[in-house]
Amino acid sequence: MTSFLTDGLIHAAFWVVVGLTFGGAVLAVFPRNIVYNVLGLIVCLSGVAGLFLYLGSFFLALMQLLIYVGAICVAIVFAIMLSPPLHLEAPKRRIPKLVLSAGAAGLFFAAIAAVSWKTAWKPAAQRGTDWSITTIGHFLLTKYSLVFEVISLVLLVAIIGAILTTGFSRRLSS
Amino acid sequence: MTEAVTNTGGDWLRLIVGLILVLIFSQLNALFLVWLERKVAGHIQLRYGPMEVGPHGLLQTIVDGIKLVGKELITPFKADKKLFVIAPVLVFMPVLVPFLVLPFGPELIIRDMNVGLLLIFAFSTFSVLAILVGGWASNNKYALLGAIRSVAQNVAYEIPLLLSVMSVVLMVHSFKFSELVMAQQRIWFIFLQPVAAIIYFICATAETNRAPFDIPEAESELVAGFHTEYSGMRFGLFFLAEYTNMFIVCAVATSLFLGGWHGPFGFSLGIPGVVWFLAKTYFLLFVLMWFRWTFPRVRFDQLMNFSWKVLIPLSMLNLLVTALVLKFV
Repeated sequence: MTSFLTDGLIHAAFWVVVGLTFGGAVLAVFPRNIVYNVLGLIVCLSGVAGLFLYLGSFFLALMQLLIYVGAICVAIVFAIMLSPPLHLEAPKRRIPKLVLSAGAAGLFFAAIAAVSWKTAWKPAAQRGTDWSITTIGHFLLTKYSLVFEVISLVLLVAIIGAILTTGFSRRLSS
Repeated sequence: MTEAVTNTGGDWLRLIVGLILVLIFSQLNALFLVWLERKVAGHIQLRYGPMEVGPHGLLQTIVDGIKLVGKELITPFKADKKLFVIAPVLVFMPVLVPFLVLPFGPELIIRDMNVGLLLIFAFSTFSVLAILVGGWASNNKYALLGAIRSVAQNVAYEIPLLLSVMSVVLMVHSFKFSELVMAQQRIWFIFLQPVAAIIYFICATAETNRAPFDIPEAESELVAGFHTEYSGMRFGLFFLAEYTNMFIVCAVATSLFLGGWHGPFGFSLGIPGVVWFLAKTYFLLFVLMWFRWTFPRVRFDQLMNFSWKVLIPLSMLNLLVTALVLKFV
């Protein structure tokens, strides 16, 4: 009885999380108010954290919240605060821009879908039994160190880009 | 790790009882802290503070709470109504989560997760988002300015906060609160990591928007900052969340640097752990209030410079030295 109830609850929680992710994604794309977009993104990313929780990785779920919601979304909010005021009328959506961004998103989706389709998924239990934070840390610095370094390279590029843009715009305005 | 999702019956009961206790405790704690704040403020300014309702004004905040509940909830005409209503709920929900992992005593942890410390920091980010939503939805320039300042301040102070905590985590090799506290049975970490402890406490003051870092709600320039337009219990929820957050940062400071439920240098003096824990936490809360009524408010540029140019390099250096010492000594 208890296990039936628990199973039901877990399934319900899964669909709630999926709903949050999709609903958040829709909110992140369609409204014309950029603050709504960011809030949608936050809901969506929190939903992804819920998916990690459902997969049993509490650590990844918390890192998702800490990095994507706590750092990235707050940084986006920061950028919005520095952008033109919201009460001005939003410019119309331009068709070429829309097509281009839809194409880019579609391409990305196709790539991700292809990768996940081709991967031979094995249940975690068959691949190993030790999934502690220590193991994740060891793997990040040994087997997956390239991925780890590439991510930091992306951050470095972002920082240099930020410095360049602010530097240029300042020189232009003065 | 799947235990977090799949519980058996006994665990559910423990969780539900724990949650109810947490709800009651957070309300009582806020009522007490508001009274204490007014008393501390009063005595620092050579007056008595509340004296009329109950002995030494003890019942004053209960009366104030009832007044707040009874007040009309005003929504500004041009506010973004949905977000305006959601913000106070959003600010209060995440402050209940950290109580799941706070170690009140050896047996008094609702759930001793192995990522306990991370859980607290992951959910603390929601409160700044809620402040932002509330300030933006109010459609009021003071509220928006307060929200902007709050975001800038939280971004700046979260980095040294996490870095200072990391040096303790490096020493214990764990995010689990029970292990973090057990490691301090003989010597509290404030003696081994004094720099980290001081950085943590400064950043915690800033993260909870307390004076001298209270520029998001600086009364003399921004009316009331991000909650200018809020009335009644919606304002009350912001207030409750602020005082509960104060308790959480002090409780984390107690368990990371002041030995949690342990007495000093391994002497418990026959006093139960939970009493030690609460005594140290409320002492830190008193220090926070002491800060507020003795330090003048800092300017915005001073605030930013202090974090980016002093605290962050210092906490990185501290982390580096900790790592080197652990590796080679």
